[in-house]
Amino acid sequence: MTARRVSYLAASVTLLALVALAFAVGRYPISLGELATLLRALLTNTPHDLGSNVDSVVLQVRGPRVLAALLVGAALAAAGTAYQGMFRNPLVSPDILGVSSGAALGAVLAIFLSLGALGIQLLAFAGGLAAVALVYGVGARLRGHDPLLALVLTGVVIGTLLGSAIALLKYLADPTNQLPAITFWLLGSLAAVAPGDLAIAAPFALAGLLPLLLLRWRMNLLALPDDEARALGVNTRRLRAIVVAAATLMTAAAVALSGIIGWIGLLVPHAARLLVGPDFGRLLPLAMLIGAAFLLAVDTLCRTLATIEVPPGVLTALVGTPVFLWLFAVSRRTW
Amino acid sequence: MLAVDNLAFGFPGHTVGRELSFALADGEILCVLGPNGSGKTTLFRTLLGLLAPQHGSIALDGAALEGLPRAAIARRIGYVPQAHAGYFAYSVREMVLMGRTAHLGAFGTPGLRDRALADTALETLGIAALADRPFTEISGGERQLTLIARALAQEAGLLVMDEPTASLDFGNQVRVLERLAQLAARGIAVLFSTHDPDHAFLCAQRALLIAEGRALALGAPRDVIRSDTLERLYGVSVRIVETAGGAHTCVPSLGRQT
Repeated sequence: MTARRVSYLAASVTLLALVALAFAVGRYPISLGELATLLRALLTNTPHDLGSNVDSVVLQVRGPRVLAALLVGAALAAAGTAYQGMFRNPLVSPDILGVSSGAALGAVLAIFLSLGALGIQLLAFAGGLAAVALVYGVGARLRGHDPLLALVLTGVVIGTLLGSAIALLKYLADPTNQLPAITFWLLGSLAAVAPGDLAIAAPFALAGLLPLLLLRWRMNLLALPDDEARALGVNTRRLRAIVVAAATLMTAAAVALSGIIGWIGLLVPHAARLLVGPDFGRLLPLAMLIGAAFLLAVDTLCRTLATIEVPPGVLTALVGTPVFLWLFAVSRRTW
Repeated sequence: MLAVDNLAFGFPGHTVGRELSFALADGEILCVLGPNGSGKTTLFRTLLGLLAPQHGSIALDGAALEGLPRAAIARRIGYVPQAHAGYFAYSVREMVLMGRTAHLGAFGTPGLRDRALADTALETLGIAALADRPFTEISGGERQLTLIARALAQEAGLLVMDEPTASLDFGNQVRVLERLAQLAARGIAVLFSTHDPDHAFLCAQRALLIAEGRALALGAPRDVIRSDTLERLYGVSVRIVETAGGAHTCVPSLGRQT
């Protein structure tokens, strides 16, 4: 009981500290005192004497970026938590299941067709859904193999296939304006997020989160063998369909906003499960807190480490690859 | 409680068993005996509504099983599968709480009453001390008791148990059978399968012998578990011995081929 509260408290405090830090550091440093003054002025709707530079750096430049990092980190962590519980497999995540690649293909197609931000969201969702259906359908038919390995390998193979489709679209794209847009977006970055993009992505992410929050108790039963969950009164087919749609919606919202930032959906649920155990109702909020904090920390590092920005996907991969290999080495039937 | 009439069951395109009729009353224990592959598990899955019957009818408290929503079935029949290791490290208490699902709304979470029922079920099975241990780390016998506790927390009038004593040591087998008898004494009907005919003698009011999907015999254990029926069922020769205390036990004889 107390250990759980400590986990929540520590994650929340860390997140708040990271938010303050993210607003403070950068090419135009802002002191915590200035931040506090600005916050007080905003809350009480009174003028302040900090100058318009502070105003625009905090509200126009860093504000959307911090919000995007929180949204994408929390969404990818929540989606990963849902996929892992649902597939009873600790090695799956939006990127490994090919959902990210599918969503990316949809988004690239939308850029290629010059559709707006809403079109990018919708096609990203459709692409992600098609990818997870394909991966799960093929993986489930590969009988006689270790199901854990079959699902992971199918995801990798389908992801590669989707990658070639993206490459084809890049080859066909207009090299002067479409191709750079696609390339930079695929690198995965939060630098170019505009307030308008956030306003479109946030409702999609929330629409995906809501069913997961409401169904947080039932989600636990998907971790049981199918017959058992049904005998306990769960319509597993319907529940799975809802959860897949919800998690894919969240992944698509994140991918459409920031491109592919890998590993968060794999690493964060593990960290959260180590802290509070597998119960979905406790796991989901903590995974979202940790995911938001992790991506914000990564993004803040990425824009302050060097004079040029490092894509955040590079840093998450540096952490994610060794942890994935370690998990693969130690994972037995239970985890 | 449960009435099965002229049931045929199996998978699409493949009938496993047919012409099966039996009824089960409150507080009665019915033991199902049959060799590997005789269709016991498929029968149980059909009774739980996990497989559609191919012919005949299944009625629960007079209502047809077919067409009942999953939660409505789960409030009447509890299923105790063979113990498995589980995938994630849920605690024993969390596993038992999952038995309350059919009593919660789609968006519900277990409340105080559900927790109290889960704790009572743990105490009834004598495993309250395990409540906070991870299900993945306890022994096979403890897992089986946990799954029975979960079915008990389900508050169903009928428990269907698929080989609840399989892969348990001798002591745990006896302990599980003791619990079955206690549950029946509280009015719960129990349907269980086993590979040991002695288990039917120990705790069942009736035994159902299934060979190749058909009922070979149905009746009181000492009437239907005989040398000839067991020989037909399992293809080995067995003597039924009555002990000094009036109990019955099966004694197989080896070396029939020599």
